Amino acid sequence: MAGNTWNIDNDKFSSRLFLGTAAYPSLEILSQSIKYSKPALVTVSLRRENAAGNGQDFWKIIKQFNIPVLPNTAGCYSAKEAVTTAEMAREVFETNRIKLEVIGDDYTLQPDPYRLLDATEQLINKGFEVYPYMTDDLVLAQRLVDLGCNILMPWGAPIGSGRGLNNIYALKQLRARFPDKILIVDAGLGAPSHAAKAMEIGYDACLLNTAVAKAGDCVLMAKAFSCAIEAGRNAYLAGIINEQERACPSTPLLDKPFWHYE
Amino acid sequence: MRITLNGEIIRLENVTNISKLLSSQGYENKMVAIAVNGAFVPRSSYDTHVINDKDEIEIVAPMQGG
Repeated sequence: MAGNTWNIDNDKFSSRLFLGTAAYPSLEILSQSIKYSKPALVTVSLRRENAAGNGQDFWKIIKQFNIPVLPNTAGCYSAKEAVTTAEMAREVFETNRIKLEVIGDDYTLQPDPYRLLDATEQLINKGFEVYPYMTDDLVLAQRLVDLGCNILMPWGAPIGSGRGLNNIYALKQLRARFPDKILIVDAGLGAPSHAAKAMEIGYDACLLNTAVAKAGDCVLMAKAFSCAIEAGRNAYLAGIINEQERACPSTPLLDKPFWHYE
Repeated sequence: MRITLNGEIIRLENVTNISKLLSSQGYENKMVAIAVNGAFVPRSSYDTHVINDKDEIEIVAPMQGG
């Protein structure tokens, strides 16, 4: 749908799905999942490389799709680690984009807001386009915007939990308070309906990985999320009716026939 | 000289810079990035960045990520 195309920087997208590439049963299934869901971006990472070159096969597959990549700083617990990882990612993937993850808690993988701000400031000063993985905290969002972030990526729920949108009130507040920023729900989605809901409240995109990679049929689930995200976006654009307490007949009662006569 | 490469201690002889380290360890022509002692080393500095005894070097490459 033409009304659903959008831009980040100079890239124009028709999809609003950001798809993670980790934890699939095989590279072939990952490849098929990308092929049939047509994501706007795919997320990638960096890990230690041995001389056998295990990471090179993965990268060959991703490059075939000619889809923009969003490298992450997964596994970083300090601003210093995150900044160094981002610099290495920029050189390998040749992009200024970085999904900035600075984890503060092992159990929930909740991002550390203070170190996230520290790393964001350093990376923006180094010319990065920072996509901060953040909680849904309004003040943290404002501080990130103050530092120069044009994109915010609040969590729906903890990474890999599949819980969906834990705090829809907070997510709606972010949408209302930052109408001109790109908002992407990142993490915690489990079902396509979670993604549809995020889009219905006006989010610009959804980033997910585990919900597809751990599904019984990854390729089918990737397609399901793609359809749900499009449906949710269309619903947002169309305008969803307000809820009300009492019923309101959808069938006109004027000229009703004989039943209900006394 | 002994360094730590991707968490493993190795002994180097006649390896003075990053370029020589990559070729000696079989990383030539691979898409990798490097950090030495926690600091990023750009590709443009591989010929000039001197490796010192006890350096901790990380060599990373693209991997799946979420």
